[in-house]
Amino acid sequence: MIENVKELLKAHEGLKREVYLDVENSSAVPQEVVDAMLPYYNQRAYGNPTLTHKPGWEAFETVMESAQKIAMFLGCETLEEVNFTPGETEANNVALLGAALLRKDKGKKIVISEIEPLSVLHVAEMLQKRGFTIVKIPVDNEGFINLEKLRGAVDKETVLVSLSAVNHEIGTVEPISEALEIVKDKNSETLFHTDASDAYGKIQFNVKGLDVDLATISSYKILGPRGTGALYVKEGVKVERILEGQIGTQKLWPGVENTPLIVGFAKASELAFQNFEENVNRMRRLRDRLMDGIVGKIPEVMLNGPRGDKRAPDNVNVSFLRCEGEALTIELSLNGVYVSSGSACTRRLLQPSHVLVAIGRKFSEAHGSILMKVTRYHAEEDIDYVLGVVPKAVERIRGIVGSTGVE
Amino acid sequence: MSRVPLPYNPKILELFRNPKNLGRMEDATVTAVAGNPTCGDMITFYLKINDQDVIEKASFESYGCAANIATSSIVTEMVKGMKLEDAWNISWKSVVDAVGGLPSIKFHCGILAVGALKRAIRTYYKNKGFSPDWLPKEPSFEEKQALEEEELAEMLSKRMKIEEEK
Ligand code: FES
Repeated sequence: MIENVKELLKAHEGLKREVYLDVENSSAVPQEVVDAMLPYYNQRAYGNPTLTHKPGWEAFETVMESAQKIAMFLGCETLEEVNFTPGETEANNVALLGAALLRKDKGKKIVISEIEPLSVLHVAEMLQKRGFTIVKIPVDNEGFINLEKLRGAVDKETVLVSLSAVNHEIGTVEPISEALEIVKDKNSETLFHTDASDAYGKIQFNVKGLDVDLATISSYKILGPRGTGALYVKEGVKVERILEGQIGTQKLWPGVENTPLIVGFAKASELAFQNFEENVNRMRRLRDRLMDGIVGKIPEVMLNGPRGDKRAPDNVNVSFLRCEGEALTIELSLNGVYVSSGSACTRRLLQPSHVLVAIGRKFSEAHGSILMKVTRYHAEEDIDYVLGVVPKAVERIRGIVGSTGVE
Repeated sequence: MSRVPLPYNPKILELFRNPKNLGRMEDATVTAVAGNPTCGDMITFYLKINDQDVIEKASFESYGCAANIATSSIVTEMVKGMKLEDAWNISWKSVVDAVGGLPSIKFHCGILAVGALKRAIRTYYKNKGFSPDWLPKEPSFEEKQALEEEELAEMLSKRMKIEEEK
């Protein structure tokens, strides 16, 4: 296996340029963030923040200061509202399991949407096996959640609603404050959770303006290190731990805090919010250059998700008809462009992305889908390079498809 | 529905980059399709067969992943110059071996390729209106698998339609 990978890597030698656009699945950590993290591995604050010695107190100070920064960007009342977890997946697990199980005597209904990330969707399915009723709210063909269906779904039995603020695959900026109002209006006791991983640092999002009970944020989605994230829990809202062990400074996640990662998360937040408007405008320009370049230049392409302000500033998701996505990702990779696909061929169960299916894409339309996210670190030359590579790659794969599969 | 890490081997990469016998064959004796356009995974096989029942040329088109492209390509190479009886005996396992192995999640892509080949052979004799002794009445494993995949795709797309109407 590893021999094969070595050969695959060798096939990439001599690339003129490399453009990484798969920020949905992982990302390179900017040097400034790495530099901020490094001293915390062995120079200072390497102690356990709950212990009574200098490196421990340093760690305590560091973790708290990092929480404070994030609390400020999120608009929290207190830094205790920021609960570090090992990432978005874990934060979503705590939000759903930890909130629902605690309230199972009050009701057993959970409402989510059809396009939630798997760390919401699969956890909801797990709760379903434990006797909860899960209602999935449909979305329209741009991914906007159906608010009327939401109104109809929330009732006395509903203990939790979980809706992403921005969809992770097609970038739809959801009408989350309207959704929140509807939910609280129907049942003021219902907890409202939002996975804000694709909103934090990318659109105007803070819990001052949006009075949610729980919100997930993720470090790597804003170019921080992987392995850390946080769950915002509004003061006074009770959530149970889902893992047990030694409890440190983080009441919802046991074990020893990973101070360098937390520092990296805080630093990445700082960089994202430092010149927020400028960053966002830059991403939006790059996004539109990429999107328009593809949609305008290549025949038989569909844009997945909305256009303009209602789309996350970094997200581009397109379907190339008569083209298979996995083959296309490999072809693009061999030319230095790194993206992912929602094609069934890339999935373990060989079913296409549930998000694309939910917005009404046919299997054959999801088959040639490509997801890309730009960052403020990309240059216009990067985008132009991608725009040079993509048409050729699509043409080559379409050449293999030929007349097969033409409906 | 997680993604699968796919450490494709050099042979597959080579066939993916430079597939052999690619494209529609205008003078094909017989054409067969396996897979289903509603799910995407689909291949077309073209065979040119002479009056001695020997495959003179084979070509393919693939609407599938790299593994599907590579296995289809190698099947066209394997069957060239073969008697239909011998081509019938090609199993999906021997195709997987010929490409130097596949991740198990991708077996079905190779099975589909062989399924298309066997369908083409069957269609050829059906068109001729005669069935040689060696050709079993029962569908082969690969044909059955291809059918299953098509039915599964059919079912999934029906289920999607029903959900849409709800
Ligand atoms: S053809 Fe879809 S997984 Fe190979």
